[in-house]
Amino acid sequence: MSFIYILIVSFLTGIFASMGLGGGMVLIIYLTIFTKVGQLAAQGINLVFFIPIAIISLIIHTKNKLIEWKKIVPTIICGTIGVFIGSILATSINSDILSKCFACFLIIIGVKEFFAKTD
Amino acid sequence: MKKLFLYFLGLITGIINGLFGSGGGMVVVPLLEKAELEPHKAHATSIAIILPLSIISTVLYLKSGSFELLSALKFIPGGIAGALLGCLFLRKVPTKLLKKIFGILIIIAGVRMLLR
Repeated sequence: MSFIYILIVSFLTGIFASMGLGGGMVLIIYLTIFTKVGQLAAQGINLVFFIPIAIISLIIHTKNKLIEWKKIVPTIICGTIGVFIGSILATSINSDILSKCFACFLIIIGVKEFFAKTD
Repeated sequence: MKKLFLYFLGLITGIINGLFGSGGGMVVVPLLEKAELEPHKAHATSIAIILPLSIISTVLYLKSGSFELLSALKFIPGGIAGALLGCLFLRKVPTKLLKKIFGILIIIAGVRMLLR
C-alpha cells in the first residue's frame, strides 16, 4: 500500500516541481506528516529527489526556449553563498524548531500563492 | 540597480533552499517576474537557478549526516513521470488555478505542523 502512496505523491510532486510551483513542499509535507521522517531528513530527501527532475525539466524547457540563461548567472553565484548559510543553519538548529519555521514559511507562501494575481 | 537586485535575489533564494531544502522556487519565481520575465519563462528559469543550489545543499546535508541517500531513490521514478507531464503542460495549464489549490493545501499543512 505504501508503494502506491509513494508513487502518487512523487508523481504529483514531479508535476509541481517541473512547473516551478513548489513541488518540494508537497513531498516534505507528506514525509513529515504522513510518515515518521524527521524534518531535516525530509528536506534532504527532497533535495535529492529534485535533482533528476530538475535536469529533465531543464532539458525540455531549454528546447522550448523558456530559460533565460544569461540573466541568472549573478543569481546563481550569490545563491551559492546563501545556500551555505541556509544549510549550516538547518543542520545546526533543533529539528522541531526547524519544523515550526518551515510551517510558518508554508503558511506565508500559501497565503501569497492563494492571493496571487498573475500566472 | 537591476543587477544588484539579481544578486540579492540569489542570496535570499540560496538561504531558503539551504534552510528548508525546498521553497527556493517560491521566492525566485515572483522576483524573476519582477525582473521582467514572462510568467512561463520565470517558472522554467527558476529551475535553472534552484538546480545548482540544490546540488550544493544536498552535499552539505549529506556531509552533516542528516539523511541517507538511498531513502530518496524510491521517489524518483514517479517524480520523473510527473515532471515529464508537467513540462508538457507548463504552457497550457492555468497556473492561477493551480496556485489557489496549492495555496490552500500548504496553509492546511502549515497549520497542522504548527499545532503538532
